[in-house]
Amino acid sequence: MIQVEKLQKYFTIHHLNKRLKAIEDISFTVKKGHFLGIVGKSGSGKSTILKSIYGTYQPQAGAIYYESEEFGNINILSATPREMIHLRKYEIGYVSQFLSVMPRTTAFELVEQSALEAGMNSEQAVKEAKETLKHFDLDESLWHNYPNYFSGGEKLRLNIARAVIKKPRLLLLDEPTASLDDASKLKVRESIEKLKQQGTTLIGIFHDLEFMEGLCDEVFTMQKAVVNAVES
Amino acid sequence: MFDKPILQIKNLSKQYGEGCSYCQHENAKLERNFCPVCKTVYACKNISLDLHRGEILGIVGESGSGKSTLMKCLYFDEETTTGEGFLTDYFNGNENIFTQSGQQKRFIRNSLLGMVYQNPMLGLKMDFSSISNIAEKQIAAGNRNVKQMVDRSNALLDKVNISIKRSKEPPKNFSGGMQQRVQIAKALSSNPPILLLDEVTTGLDLSVQAAVLDLIKTIQRVMQISMIVVSHDLAVIRMLADRTVVMLNGQIIEEGLTDQILEDPQHAYTQQLVYSLL
Repeated sequence: MIQVEKLQKYFTIHHLNKRLKAIEDISFTVKKGHFLGIVGKSGSGKSTILKSIYGTYQPQAGAIYYESEEFGNINILSATPREMIHLRKYEIGYVSQFLSVMPRTTAFELVEQSALEAGMNSEQAVKEAKETLKHFDLDESLWHNYPNYFSGGEKLRLNIARAVIKKPRLLLLDEPTASLDDASKLKVRESIEKLKQQGTTLIGIFHDLEFMEGLCDEVFTMQKAVVNAVES
Repeated sequence: MFDKPILQIKNLSKQYGEGCSYCQHENAKLERNFCPVCKTVYACKNISLDLHRGEILGIVGESGSGKSTLMKCLYFDEETTTGEGFLTDYFNGNENIFTQSGQQKRFIRNSLLGMVYQNPMLGLKMDFSSISNIAEKQIAAGNRNVKQMVDRSNALLDKVNISIKRSKEPPKNFSGGMQQRVQIAKALSSNPPILLLDEVTTGLDLSVQAAVLDLIKTIQRVMQISMIVVSHDLAVIRMLADRTVVMLNGQIIEEGLTDQILEDPQHAYTQQLVYSLL
């Protein structure tokens, strides 16, 4: 499903005249329907890998082959912005540890819009949005409020709900359970299991090794913190 | 699998001045976009871009980078020096719009494009009633049915949240935010497939900015209109644009997905721009 080959990413910071190496020589493969967990110290480049797969970062070397429903086998590093926009709409989901929302959009609208974007009709989108928000135990009194006022845990659950409702083929999880209580974690776990049953491939970063246990099919350990600044 | 772009710009250039043997040389050293020898200003240089149906394309850059000149060239407010432009809705994208007759350009401008200027004085006749401002574009686009135009204008004013009771008032009586909303209603009145928005929220206070941005977002979602949004405000671009182009000294220096431009900017200038974001 996804094959990462010798991925290398550094950031050139022109103003400091420095080059920051984030990851080097990263290779792994994830089979369809499998769940790969990435573990490693903070700063070892875990998020960099996910952001490179999602197209937010542009790695300097290597390849990320993804088996797309629409485009066949595609190297994400050479995909056009138009292709990436399509993949993000219909195939690849990304959940970060922070919720970034459209201002002045209610929780319900946020999840509903995500469903509409994935191609559901409006009736279906409303139905799915209700079900998904219920599943993640987001109190109904919050649905028509702005997420700015939510607690950290509520924001995270909303964030996951927004990604899960699209039933993506590939879901990237960047510490989505970081500040959740056990009950909420369980809900996340349930929906991950459900997605896996539906054939979704997952790559996730978790600090909570206990949580990962039993969920992951494979674990990729970041070898060492390669972050080091190089004068360029 | 993708449709042909709804708008294609190829190597658009706009210069003020004749140019000379010095600055026309491929590796000429200009002072920003100014030729020190013949004093020619290269406002836009070899701009190529595509706009797709239903997409919002952001253009960012500092003042003087050529953003507004590009928009003015697209709307025929300025004569393009060289370059080609193709609209899918105009002869199926087979005719260069920049070399058409004045009459044809007026047709394209009135029927296929809508423009919202930073300065409402450029887009509206301040002493005429708001409803006639909106009707003006419909008349220009060939409509002659008064009742139809009145109904459409009122519907649009309602859409941009201006009370129909005030439709007979001239825009000079309105606040800045209301004037921008009348401009948007006017731009939409001939149902154009493409909307050009040039710094439409600049100079408005925050709550009014928010109302205008929400309106733009709703229009895009409901009507599926393609837009080019020019702004020096990265927050506006982040909220609206799927793809973003960065301009400096009349040239495109970087383009890509909006989150890629904001989180992993490559060019030194783009980095400076992103680091300036509060």
